[in-house]
Amino acid sequence: MHSYEGLISAAYVVAAILFILALGGLSGQEKAKRAIWYGIIGMVLAVVATVGAAGGQWVLMGIMIALGGVGGWSIANRVQMTQMPELMAGFHSLVGLAAVFIGINAHLELTVAKAAIDSATVSELAGFAATIAAKSTVEISILKVEMVLSLFIGAITFTGSLIAYGKLAERLSSAPLTLPGRHILNLAAILLCVWLGYLYLAGGGLWTLILITLIAGALGCHLILGIGGADMPVVVSMLNSYSGWAAAAIGFTLSNDLLIVTGALVGSSGAILSYIMCKGMNRSFVSVILGGWGGESESSASISGEMREADVDSVAQELDDAGSVVIVPGYGMAVAKAQGAVSELNKKLRAKGKTVRFAIHPVAGRLPGHMNVLLAEAKVPYDFVLEMEEINHDFPQTDVVIVIGANDIVNPSAQDDPGSPIAGMPVLEVWKARTVFVCKRGRGTGYSGIENPLFFKENTQMFYGDAKASIDSLLQKIS
Amino acid sequence: MKIGAPKETMNSEARVALTPESAQRLQKLGYECVVEAGAGLAASLPDAAYEAAGVTVVGSAAELLSQADIIVKVREPSADELDAFPSNKILVSFINPASNEPLLEQMRVKNTSVLAMDMVPRISRAQKMDALSSMANIAGYRAVIEASNNFGRFFTGQMTAAGKVPPARVLVLGAGVAGLAAIGTSVSLGAITLAFDVRPEVSEQIESMGAEFVFLEFDEEQLDGAATNGYAPPSSQAFIDKQREKFRELAPSVDIVITSALIPNRPAPELWTDDMVASMKQGSVIVDLAAERGGNCALTKPGEKYVTDNGVTIVGYTDFPSRMAAQSSTLYANNIRHMIDDLTPNKDGVAVIDMEDDVIRGALVTHQGEITWPPPPPKIQAIAASAPKAKEVVETGDEKADRERRELQRSLNSTALMLGVGGFLCLALGYVAPPSFMQHFIVFVLSIFIGFHVIWGVSHSLHTPLMAITNAISSIIIVGALLQVVSGSWLVMTLASIAILIASVNIFGGFLVTRRMLAMFQRS
Repeated sequence: MHSYEGLISAAYVVAAILFILALGGLSGQEKAKRAIWYGIIGMVLAVVATVGAAGGQWVLMGIMIALGGVGGWSIANRVQMTQMPELMAGFHSLVGLAAVFIGINAHLELTVAKAAIDSATVSELAGFAATIAAKSTVEISILKVEMVLSLFIGAITFTGSLIAYGKLAERLSSAPLTLPGRHILNLAAILLCVWLGYLYLAGGGLWTLILITLIAGALGCHLILGIGGADMPVVVSMLNSYSGWAAAAIGFTLSNDLLIVTGALVGSSGAILSYIMCKGMNRSFVSVILGGWGGESESSASISGEMREADVDSVAQELDDAGSVVIVPGYGMAVAKAQGAVSELNKKLRAKGKTVRFAIHPVAGRLPGHMNVLLAEAKVPYDFVLEMEEINHDFPQTDVVIVIGANDIVNPSAQDDPGSPIAGMPVLEVWKARTVFVCKRGRGTGYSGIENPLFFKENTQMFYGDAKASIDSLLQKIS
Repeated sequence: MKIGAPKETMNSEARVALTPESAQRLQKLGYECVVEAGAGLAASLPDAAYEAAGVTVVGSAAELLSQADIIVKVREPSADELDAFPSNKILVSFINPASNEPLLEQMRVKNTSVLAMDMVPRISRAQKMDALSSMANIAGYRAVIEASNNFGRFFTGQMTAAGKVPPARVLVLGAGVAGLAAIGTSVSLGAITLAFDVRPEVSEQIESMGAEFVFLEFDEEQLDGAATNGYAPPSSQAFIDKQREKFRELAPSVDIVITSALIPNRPAPELWTDDMVASMKQGSVIVDLAAERGGNCALTKPGEKYVTDNGVTIVGYTDFPSRMAAQSSTLYANNIRHMIDDLTPNKDGVAVIDMEDDVIRGALVTHQGEITWPPPPPKIQAIAASAPKAKEVVETGDEKADRERRELQRSLNSTALMLGVGGFLCLALGYVAPPSFMQHFIVFVLSIFIGFHVIWGVSHSLHTPLMAITNAISSIIIVGALLQVVSGSWLVMTLASIAILIASVNIFGGFLVTRRMLAMFQRS
């Protein structure tokens, strides 16, 4: 077995490079279709090499991988693109749970190894226990720290992702839960974990680890419960990051470089996504994590004017007269599953020789890039779908903007009203267009509960109703 | 109350302050309307049309003045009209109070409240009552039409079977409402249009109308138009010299010059000197919209059109809006109607003069036996100052370099700080940790760096697939479980098996869903 060690390391190096190529390939749509195969090959290589080196239990491994594979396969085939946010959250929780199990195992093996050293039967040890037995005292302490860390991160990832899943799947209320003194509660939980970790290092048994896991789990629940629906893009990418750090921590525990490399890649990827999402909302990462839109911020200026309602005929008429149209989709489009109808609208308008483009705000939807995936699913070519920076300066030359189920990302008070909770957030400047139609379910405010002066502007008309039903009825009016 | 519109007495004044259409709107506000017979005739509004709209037509001005409570007019009352004007009425009209002190005095004595339409403050709420702007708009349009009428060529360039026709070159001086209207009309007729204004902030508006802004290279600080209620401030001598130099350069090449530069309460500035006229081509046309105040062109004869010795036609009419009486009456009557709407808060046909209302207070020149002109400054700034825009232009090369250097310095400083702190932490860690740990740590840190560099390149539209694929590869954690599953302890084996199971759910699910998503992205 020893002679294969070099070979395994080589396989790991190749796998790590393939993973990096897979991530780098996502810089363009066409490259990405090839890049995914790098990831798959890397994974197969890593698993085969590890299984080959394990020296036994192949049947058990085979059964477990096959069962899991069938499960994953059927989930991935059945899931709808609108459910992508909750799927991501669900998958992250699995990584967290696996990290917890592996962490506890590491402790169990450590105990076995210690007993073996005491009774001088080290040579009889198998698998991971044998690796541990070869470690020095300092290395063992570091191992313990790593174990505590991987359990802590793993547990937070697991429960946090479960809660995020519940919120995104609308099985839990998406409103932020604000317990009195919630920051103190979180701080106390973290301090308690540090203290328990210290106890474990000083020789505490399995119970300290279990307690740390439970407390971290509760902390994860509480953290994510406190974050509102509109902040979900940050939460999901943050959990993505955590699942990476959990893998890296396990890598340290097991002294496995492939785990460390992959975990670090995933962790930094999630961190960058969170950063991009936070910038898209002009909020600091800390304020998002600590939860809830600040309900205490000074009330913004009251809005004068009235909302004007448009009927299907006038929208169709305006579209008929327009030369250039921009469609701004938001989470409402995903909820109403209106992407197919929107794509149809795009086709019909283009057939009439109009310029139709889509404007995507970085935090539209509940997942980074959510709208792009939905539009892609509805067969809207990706070269019509533009990012905020690409299209913002085009709005003054645009005849008609149709906002579908978006609210905060087109709110002018982000620019005009320094007292607004979203002041300074970059927004799509749709109000500079000649006419704006806002397709919206009802008169209420958005997830953040902030009034939107856009709806009161003179060139804005409200087009109330379910997004899909509205667009469908509009399609019939456009010949 | 009754609103009455007399026939305008001034020679060649064809407009009227009340149209059948505006009368109908006023009746909805609860007013009765009367009009003097023949008042609208010159604006193509026969008495029958008024009667059809429910307006009483009365035979003489005297009868009308005695019946009406509110008198609406276009031109300020002449001396004769003033003498015959009854007491205790409300008059709404153009007044020009700055040069009409006797009128104010007489109205004061007659205890008449006078609202001057030319004094309506320029705030956004009052735009619908801004009669000066509506008239200026018409004047600007008409100026181009007059120019075209006296110009022997096409405005637009054409390629005809008989040969090529070059487009006319039109220069518009002063880009106020009239100037912008002239630019718009000229551009839509197809001429190459140049425009100049002393306020640099209007360059954007000029360019948005399709004209080219004539830019002066000038360093001196320009007064922002916002500081003078949207009008241009007087210029310094150095600026004027520079400006004239530019105009002299342009004069031989332009076919039509339309001037519309006015400074409040001053004679019109002389922009187009006689030598500029002399250097223009035969057949060129100058239309001077400022003729009433002396004209922007040195050779303008107010109220007249004539041809100079070198064949340049100079149009100095002072009654452009009146030459389009039907249009200007409609707009002016609407302005008046909006003003009266503002005067009637309860919509009950009773005019209330509210001294707290910025618009009414601004327009009011006499009230309750007192002269109330000039008004106090309005509470709302007419036009937002455009200071930040001006600043941007001001930044010189040196300042830019300086700013960029400072920014670079700041970013270098923060990088250095982060490197310092990070390096120190690494050293501290290296001091206590064993080499075996540090080896893994190096791998970890380098991987984070690679991750950062790779992920920044990912297209925004692929962020969801990115999350799916990172999720799939983070299941590499399965390797850990695979290493542990070979163990002597059944508990370890059970936990590891479960970990393998759930990690493989993730691997298969993650990769498959990524593939599904990426396959959907299609080019047009």
